[in-house]
Amino acid sequence: MTLRDHAIRYGFIVLLFGLIAYFAIAADGFVSPQSAVFIFQSVAITGVLALGVTATLVVGGFDLSIGSVATSAMMAAAYVMVVLEQNAVVAVVACLFIGAAVGLINGWLIVYMRVPDLLATLGMMFLLVGLQRIPTEGRSIATGMTMPDGSVANGKFSDAFLALGRHRFDFFIPNLIPVSVVVLLVLAALIWFFLEYTRFGRMMYAVGSNERAAELAGAPVKAYKIWAYIISGVFASIGGILLAARLGRGDIASGNNLLLDAVAAALIGYAVLGAAKPNAFGTAVGALFVGILLQGLTMMNAPYYTQDFVKGVVLVVALVFTFALSGRGRR
Amino acid sequence: MGNDAVFRVDGLRKSFGHIEVLGGVSLELHAGEVTVLMGANGAGKSTLVKIISGVYDHAGGTMNLAGHDFAPSTPAEAIRAGVVTVHQNINDGVVADLDVATNLTLDRLSGSSAPFLFNPGRVRREAKAVADRMGLVIDLKARISDLSLADRQMVAIARAMAHQPKVLILDEPTSSLSSAEADRLFALLDRLREHQVAILYISHRMSDIRRLADRIVSMRDGVISGAFDKKPLDYEGAINAMLGRKIHLDRIVARNSAKAILKVDGLRIAEGARPFSLTLGDGEVVAVTGLVGVGKTALAETLFGVRKPLAGTMMLNGKPYTPGSTGEAIAAGVFLVAKDRGENGIVGGFNIQENISLPFHRRMSHFGVLKRRLERATARRQIEELGIVCRSEKDEMPTLSGGNQQKVMVARWMAQDAKLFILDEPFQGVDISARRDIAAKLRASANGRATLLFVTELDEALETADRILVMSEQTIVGEHRNADIDMDRLLAEVAGGPLHSAA
Repeated sequence: MTLRDHAIRYGFIVLLFGLIAYFAIAADGFVSPQSAVFIFQSVAITGVLALGVTATLVVGGFDLSIGSVATSAMMAAAYVMVVLEQNAVVAVVACLFIGAAVGLINGWLIVYMRVPDLLATLGMMFLLVGLQRIPTEGRSIATGMTMPDGSVANGKFSDAFLALGRHRFDFFIPNLIPVSVVVLLVLAALIWFFLEYTRFGRMMYAVGSNERAAELAGAPVKAYKIWAYIISGVFASIGGILLAARLGRGDIASGNNLLLDAVAAALIGYAVLGAAKPNAFGTAVGALFVGILLQGLTMMNAPYYTQDFVKGVVLVVALVFTFALSGRGRR
Repeated sequence: MGNDAVFRVDGLRKSFGHIEVLGGVSLELHAGEVTVLMGANGAGKSTLVKIISGVYDHAGGTMNLAGHDFAPSTPAEAIRAGVVTVHQNINDGVVADLDVATNLTLDRLSGSSAPFLFNPGRVRREAKAVADRMGLVIDLKARISDLSLADRQMVAIARAMAHQPKVLILDEPTSSLSSAEADRLFALLDRLREHQVAILYISHRMSDIRRLADRIVSMRDGVISGAFDKKPLDYEGAINAMLGRKIHLDRIVARNSAKAILKVDGLRIAEGARPFSLTLGDGEVVAVTGLVGVGKTALAETLFGVRKPLAGTMMLNGKPYTPGSTGEAIAAGVFLVAKDRGENGIVGGFNIQENISLPFHRRMSHFGVLKRRLERATARRQIEELGIVCRSEKDEMPTLSGGNQQKVMVARWMAQDAKLFILDEPFQGVDISARRDIAAKLRASANGRATLLFVTELDEALETADRILVMSEQTIVGEHRNADIDMDRLLAEVAGGPLHSAA
């Protein structure tokens, strides 16, 4: 391997460790279990969404609706528990159902209605942003809120549901690891194994790389594409569940950054280990990278409004790594 | 017809890298004549057209238009000089979202003399003049996307003719037209012929060629391999010059088969085509030959479940065979090495090993988890079997030569036992030694399955097959045992006409 190959392969990992080293020296208290957990927690929800969008990137598609699926799931969870006064299980099932249904519709639009992926999921995004406001006439959902018909919603978030966002497991130190981080790690391991080691994952990559060849090799290409969007929708709804559990209410204004952060993490993932293709490990590292960067900047008292700019710079650099340096840029 | 050539090409050469595509092509076009250029894929026709129309520059030789040197460096320059080309893909010639009038005057929208403002009235006036001159009867306000393919092509040609060119080049203009639509095109070409335009017409369709040709020029391997202008035109001779018979180093011993594997009865693969029947036997290698566009790929795809036959039955090992998808075909033991490996075969992001295992994931996995050790062992075995030249089974596909890439495609499908093994143009873009290797491997492993090859070049059929079938106009028109073949009859069948002595 030449120096250039090494640069492509390990460049981003080196950058990541460089970043950690820099913050360790420059920011007090950056190297501590609590700080690490905080970073994990901050990236958990976007990480879950990014893993989902990775599945659509693998089949050569894209899903812009993940952010709004997550917020819709959050609103749905709140509505089910606060207004309909159901328990946590019903809320979780309702969220997962919404995610799967939206994924199915996205897939159907793209595969059978031949709407280009970006446009179909963009349309779905607008649709959901609007839809999630209709049941409450645009109000956020919290216990004791007044409904459009004048009655008062008396249900509340069940403790079991809130535990998804607030419980912490003991790990050497008491109350260290939040549930959301465990969920992220489990899902990351699952999707990584699925994409790398199962025949379904392998065929999804084949579909993304040469659809016609995959079809002539006997693969039901349409089904694979639709499943990718269902995976993406379900993952996004899991993100929404975690968001609702953390906030403890259905906040109409939250989750604005979810889409951009998740897409950035997945695209940064292209550059990790010179993969030059969407991959679960890269996506997880990408999410972590963004999390570390923001945490470090925060601890160094960088103003909050510079964060988006920094994220954008990182994304652009990562894309240059992938497409220009490796010379095999394909989506 | 004048004897003076309006357009003359002399000793034209062109190479891409170290591969010579044109090796000294000389060609004359006469005013008021249609010259048909025939040639198999890769013969160099497209390269020749692109040089003449100013897309490529040439490495050697001269071109002369009406007594002046002609060396266009851009397509626009070629058009200004009077050489107009209508390319194969009709939709490349028109802008679908604009109306007919704008399309007819599209080339006047740019350039230094074009006015700054777009004046719909003036555009319509100019467009009407263009349409009238060509006898074009199309609503000028219609959008191109609402027109049939034939009408779109008429628009593209009419715009081209507005420059009153001396030379018109048409690259397979009828490849996506119905025969009624093609008739309209021919009437237009007759009109242009009367206007003393020199026409170069590239086509594989024998019916077009019989209808239009004043002269035929055959191309093969980057040189002109035959020119025919004595009436009546020698169509078989032209096909022979294009597909050719070279000296065979190893003649094969044709085998007969006792046991039928595939029986096809009354199959119709296209609207209006004659039904045909077909039996393929165990251990037999059968080649289907015929010109481009006669339905070879359609038949291959029908057998592989990509498309459904219009009529007829298929039996595989005595059981009805009606594949609804490629997956079902593969499950039934019917494998296809599709033509054009870059488009239909190779997964660019995968290495050799992953490309080989692609169709057989189900058989290579346990509860959905791929058995990587088995996958690697299979790849290594297949690399050995077919003599694929590579460093390891982890090599990326683009690092391989064309011949070795094709071997990977064949190796992919030979990794498991087939009942019916179909190969569509397996020797396209493959060097001679790889071609020999693949053919030898196919024959050596033929027992236990039926093997069906689709090839345009006769040599390839003669080198590999026990039996040769000829296709023409979406049906099978002839059958030959590969021993003492009556070449005249075979060529006549390829040409699609009645057998008549070569004049």
